[in-house]
Amino acid sequence: MTDTRSRVLTLAGFALTAALLFAVAPAVLSDFRLSLLARYLCFAIVAVGIALAWGRGGMLTLGQGLFFGLGGYAMAMHLKLADAGPGAVPDFMLLYGSGGELPWWWEPFRNPLFALAAVLVLPMATAALIGFLVFRRRVRGAYFAILSQALAAAFAILLIGQQATTGGTNGLTNFQGFFGFALADPLNKRMVYFVIAGTLLAVLLITRQLFRSRYGELLVAVRDSEERVRFLGYDPARVKLAAYTLSAGMAGLAGALFVPAVGIISPALIGIVPSIQFVIGAAIGGRASLAGAALGAIAVAWAQTTLSEEFPAAWTYFQAGLFIVVIAFLPGGLASLRQLLTRRRTRTEGTPA
Amino acid sequence: MTVILSQSFTGISIGAVLLLIALGLSLTFGQMGVINMAHGEFIMAGAYTTYVLQQHLTDAGTSLLLALPAAFAVAGALGVLLEWALIRRLYTRPLDTLLVTWGVSLLLQQLARDIFGAPNVQTRAPEWLTGRITLFGGEHPLTLSHARLFILTLALTAVVALTLTLRRTPLGRRIRAVVQHRELAEASGIATARVDRLTFFIGSGLAGVAGVALTLIGPIGPTMGTNIIIDAFLVVVVGGIGRLRGAVIAAFALGVLQAVVEYSTTVSLAKVAVLIAIVAFLQWRPQGISTVRTRSLA
Repeated sequence: MTDTRSRVLTLAGFALTAALLFAVAPAVLSDFRLSLLARYLCFAIVAVGIALAWGRGGMLTLGQGLFFGLGGYAMAMHLKLADAGPGAVPDFMLLYGSGGELPWWWEPFRNPLFALAAVLVLPMATAALIGFLVFRRRVRGAYFAILSQALAAAFAILLIGQQATTGGTNGLTNFQGFFGFALADPLNKRMVYFVIAGTLLAVLLITRQLFRSRYGELLVAVRDSEERVRFLGYDPARVKLAAYTLSAGMAGLAGALFVPAVGIISPALIGIVPSIQFVIGAAIGGRASLAGAALGAIAVAWAQTTLSEEFPAAWTYFQAGLFIVVIAFLPGGLASLRQLLTRRRTRTEGTPA
Repeated sequence: MTVILSQSFTGISIGAVLLLIALGLSLTFGQMGVINMAHGEFIMAGAYTTYVLQQHLTDAGTSLLLALPAAFAVAGALGVLLEWALIRRLYTRPLDTLLVTWGVSLLLQQLARDIFGAPNVQTRAPEWLTGRITLFGGEHPLTLSHARLFILTLALTAVVALTLTLRRTPLGRRIRAVVQHRELAEASGIATARVDRLTFFIGSGLAGVAGVALTLIGPIGPTMGTNIIIDAFLVVVVGGIGRLRGAVIAAFALGVLQAVVEYSTTVSLAKVAVLIAIVAFLQWRPQGISTVRTRSLA
């Protein structure tokens, strides 16, 4: 496929996606369905980050829940404080007996600008710190995957343990407003949906540009042969750090948008299991393909809500089976299916009978 | 003084559980480079085996002792099945073994839920394990529960047995040969595929034994595997791949650290502290406490 043709196809794909997200979906879906779609789009944003870190960078990050949670809690803390009003503390704190005193680290989140910045800065700074420590010492592969997963688990445990200041297992919930807009109003719910859809498109475009850039080439080179890149005079740790930090930013953003769209953030949404579920969607769709990862995340989340309510047991078997079959026999995910078929066809045509 | 002693004993007993869980992993992950996320569910299988045996035998002691070999066999068989069906296709893609086996672990959890029900179940401990030994009477007596001592003994026995198997038996020699140089082992006439399967049998079987031990200190449930698997993997990461010695040191070090931090703060903060300590430790020794050349973990 020539370069111009692929560019035209991609642009057409983006235009189609934008039309579907902004025109078709709001027109045909009920408010309830649209809010479900908003939730799936949040997962798709996380999946784009996974396609960047894992698909292109080879870093299997099983702990995106950590960053999703950091973004989500930063947003939720602000919304809680905004609901409470100036000088007051969120309702749950009175309930769990922290004495009505606001912990010092909650205080800055009263400021909407601080909260908005924190949504991106907190997860990215955390990822940068972890990545710096881990990649510098060439911890990679399985070691990195397990460490990232342990971090997500530890974060969830920490949140549960500090119930008086974090809401514990219940998490933060019951948000009334979103920067001055009442969330009970369906119109404002739609606005949140549009913000999420716009963010997803922006994230897709930015990542696509990144993939096409020199940096994108370098990232793939590091994935395929870290030593060789080192010999060429680049620092692979820095290349990986950038991709990991960016993917964390995307997860944080998704978490922050998830909060007004779904109305809750809790440890159950960010622990080990949800962290791996983020990866499942991306893997089934196609870990290296942006569109594949995003669509995979949406499809898996959609299948989960529609199937799991009706047949909870069957859904788990189906999800597990699909995951096993795709990873073991189709590592490129469903996005590689077409490629696989065309290649097979050309191969059979190419070989003399 | 006795506070320190009793906290270190708590640490050692946490370490013993960790060790028992990590022992099989250090064989399948450390030696073979396979990241088996279903290891936790093999532990669960061992625990449910104990439960089932106890349903049929009235004497808790007999059923516990019978459960040890039975759980080894059940979990080992599951491991062999997994290796045969999936893992042997993935030896060159270690990260994918992680994802595939996570799918398997989901499957097994749901299976357990369908067979035994979602709520946790419990086994009765035999009488000879319900007591405690009290040392240094007085204000802070040091009490050691029989169950914890039994687990410690079990863990140490398993380490010794595994070490002897690896060092002294023909099978052990073959396992080490395959780990160190697969092609050369193959060329010397070792049936590497069979050795892989046997290694997996032993590693998974040890998970079953760990499951039996866990029935003595907690409830048995479909999600029990998920909760402990990460800790066990961290032990192997800190211990370094390939050597049991590393896993033993790491298990007890992490156990004691956990107990000590827990004593001055809370359980959740202790978990975080242990994790920070691990990341710090990897700065110093990225390959863990001790390593041996293995098939590379890409």
